[in-house]
Amino acid sequence: MHPLRPRSPAHLFWAFSWLSLQGFGGVHAVVQRELVERHQWLSREEFLEDWAVAQILPGPNAVNLSLMVGDRYFGWRGAMAALAGMLAFPLGIVLCLAVLFAGISDMPQVQGMLRGMGAVAAGLVTASGLKLIPALKRNALGTPVCTGLLAATFIAAGWLRLPLFWILLLPGGCSCLWAYRCLGPSAHQGPAAGADQP
Amino acid sequence: MMSAWSPWDWFSLLGHFLSLSLLAVGGAMTTAPDMHRYLVGERHWLTDGEFSASITLAQAAPGPNVLFVALMGWNVGIHAAGGIAAGTTAWMGGFLGMCLAMLGCLLPSTTLTFVAARWGHSNRELRAVRAFKTGMAPVVIGLIGATGWLLATSDAHSPTAWHRWLLSAGVAVLVWKSRVHLLWLLAAGALLGAIGWV
Repeated sequence: MHPLRPRSPAHLFWAFSWLSLQGFGGVHAVVQRELVERHQWLSREEFLEDWAVAQILPGPNAVNLSLMVGDRYFGWRGAMAALAGMLAFPLGIVLCLAVLFAGISDMPQVQGMLRGMGAVAAGLVTASGLKLIPALKRNALGTPVCTGLLAATFIAAGWLRLPLFWILLLPGGCSCLWAYRCLGPSAHQGPAAGADQP
Repeated sequence: MMSAWSPWDWFSLLGHFLSLSLLAVGGAMTTAPDMHRYLVGERHWLTDGEFSASITLAQAAPGPNVLFVALMGWNVGIHAAGGIAAGTTAWMGGFLGMCLAMLGCLLPSTTLTFVAARWGHSNRELRAVRAFKTGMAPVVIGLIGATGWLLATSDAHSPTAWHRWLLSAGVAVLVWKSRVHLLWLLAAGALLGAIGWV
């Protein structure tokens, strides 16, 4: 389906290592950039679908996503390679930091650097959300419903700070039921065909 | 605080993380309160300071945030072996603690993800699976946006808060509209933080 795909489990390992090493303040700010824009292994739509699955299953989202992507190309070997890439180098770095950090954690410059990188990470996460919005154009729910659901989720999670469980259950559950209705009984149409319906 | 650990203690450490793995919907961080209750409150295996330093450090360092679990295991293991003064024994204890914590935290959730994602992928034409993916797409974007918002607005009462909002917003627009490398932005954030601007 895609012209671009990882060449080997080793390729997956290095790609996920590089992705993970850029993930200051969490990896979710860079996964979209690396997998969709740079490597182009996933389209925006596929990324959204996979990220939804990674979110709803227990465990770290980034770890879940690496398993899923790795498994799709090379089975369990790919899944292990991607997972190892996601964890190995950052684990080594964080341990070294823990040993070194004990002495310098109170320095105001160090605290300031952490604050500055945190602010940048917030911007990166926001941008990755903004870049995914065009993927909703082909969504069978239609633009008004999508916009409403997006806003409702943002308010529930960002302002009301409801636990994730309730967000996945209420906006998420309603949205899936509505999508089930919209998609109709024709189970063998692709998502693109669904978007053509009024 | 505690001298040599019995195998049973190591087993309890593994068991605690195993028991939380499948509850971690939305990431391992959602189970951090229960880790605090058990590791700090009930068992006194970690101090409060070590607990929060593990989280801060893992968030600041590259890689998935779940690595805070590795740091907790590392610190618990060092204590179990008699403290950092015990030399090689302490390093081995730390390593064992880290491996057990990560294994417990990840094994159940990754196994479930592996099986569930395979099922979802091979049944992707089913109406229910398509409805889930279609319905979750706007909710996922809303959640990513809310994550960015929460990161940007944390610690809103400090005097330089609006500098950080400016930095976050600037980064979001820059990454949204251009292809500037993320590492440059993180470096700039660290620099601005070190000189005390944010």
